[in-house]
Amino acid sequence: MKSAEPSVVDFPLRRPGEAFPPPRYQDYRTREGLVVCHLPNGNRAWLVTRHEDVRAVLTNKKISSNPDYPGFPNISDTMGVPRQEQIPGWFVGLDSPEHDRFRKALIPEFTVRRVRELRPAIERTVDAQIDAMLAAGKTAGNTADLVADFALPVPSLVISTLLGVPPVDRDFFESRTRTLIAIRASTDQQRNEATKELLRYINRLVEIKVKWPGDDLISRLLATGTLAAQELPGVLMLLLIAGHETTANNIGLGVMTLLQNPQWIGDDRVVEETLRFHSVADLVSLRVAVEDVEISGQLVKAGEGIIPLVAAANHDADAFACPYQFDPARTERQHVAFGYGVHQCLGQNLVRVEMEIAYRRLFERIPDLELAVPVEELPFKYDGVLCGLHELPVRWSQRPSGAQQEEH
Amino acid sequence: MQITVDSDRCVGAGQCVLAAPAVFDQDEDGVVSLLTEHPAADQHTAVRLASSLCPSRSITVTVQQD
Ligand code: SF4
Repeated sequence: MKSAEPSVVDFPLRRPGEAFPPPRYQDYRTREGLVVCHLPNGNRAWLVTRHEDVRAVLTNKKISSNPDYPGFPNISDTMGVPRQEQIPGWFVGLDSPEHDRFRKALIPEFTVRRVRELRPAIERTVDAQIDAMLAAGKTAGNTADLVADFALPVPSLVISTLLGVPPVDRDFFESRTRTLIAIRASTDQQRNEATKELLRYINRLVEIKVKWPGDDLISRLLATGTLAAQELPGVLMLLLIAGHETTANNIGLGVMTLLQNPQWIGDDRVVEETLRFHSVADLVSLRVAVEDVEISGQLVKAGEGIIPLVAAANHDADAFACPYQFDPARTERQHVAFGYGVHQCLGQNLVRVEMEIAYRRLFERIPDLELAVPVEELPFKYDGVLCGLHELPVRWSQRPSGAQQEEH
Repeated sequence: MQITVDSDRCVGAGQCVLAAPAVFDQDEDGVVSLLTEHPAADQHTAVRLASSLCPSRSITVTVQQD
């Protein structure tokens, strides 16, 4: 087992304008054992970059997701995301068995079958959003920002439908969510304020559902009684945040990639490949060792931080042939874009369906969609926990085809 | 080929159902249920994929040698 000091690198590596994933990941994967990094707060952590090692870390019971353990590798001050003790029910930071009660309570809402049942509603949402974008585009010279006008509102509408947010409250709910996730466009103070307002709103919504249950996720969770009503705000906040920007970034980057690779438009395999290729949640799975463990021959001591890099794992040539190529026809499917182990994304099937419908309908209805600025000028987002696009300016010229416009 | 699933470990990600719908299902609680322990030969590749995708390593595949 290796315990000699390896060389120390700085982290995070991502810089605006730099290719993603950072070319240095490739170098780290070829080094023996793991790489040590310095975090901005002066702490050290282990970087895990090989596919096999990332999966090993994320399934190791001696490795914890609890940010309250000393040594947990906080990259920033958690981007305004609350902690378990601040919001009961914030279960991503819990380990098994505490974590499992939350997960089990939510699983029935996200099974393959449940998500399939949501399809028609998602299709309606996507179509309505395209209608709105086209209508607004008429006054803007047939242009739009596909992030603000499509990629963000779609998951927002889907999650609010699922949670049972009354239509009259949507504007409030969505504007606060927008502030919360708009890392660049809002200040810390605005985000804190939005979090408070959302929590207040969610608390009130839960109270209403206790009295007047409906056909929605909150009412069903309350009915099973597995979770206490006081725990729901944390759970719902989590669903809201996790289901939002991740999906939006995937849709934005996916549309950009399809516009650059139009030969793949109409092929549903792009969903899985976009997830792997862009790996938007590269930095989400932070961990800390609670006992001494060996990873890739490297001794990691109890109390040392571990950063499994999802994008690095998903571009490991030992797991994916020609990993830096966007190739929806590839047969390897074991990407870890949704994480791995007990914390693997609960909503992954919902995300897949949202992406598939979004791409399909968008290009069916606006076949001549194109980028309004050169790719090099797109504002990439590398400064947050997730990567994506701040904006995706698009334009179209022809009169769009679609239900409302058909009159041959 | 013989499959066993450990439903206690299952975290309901549904990867198995997507990979091999003829062999795996999710019950009402989202927990994996096995439709057949001995899948037909044309399902073997899909079953191996399901087992490798399962995030909780709940699916064990054993192959008897004749
Ligand atoms: S893939 Fe694994 S964790 Fe997911 S439902 Fe199937 S057995 Fe359970």
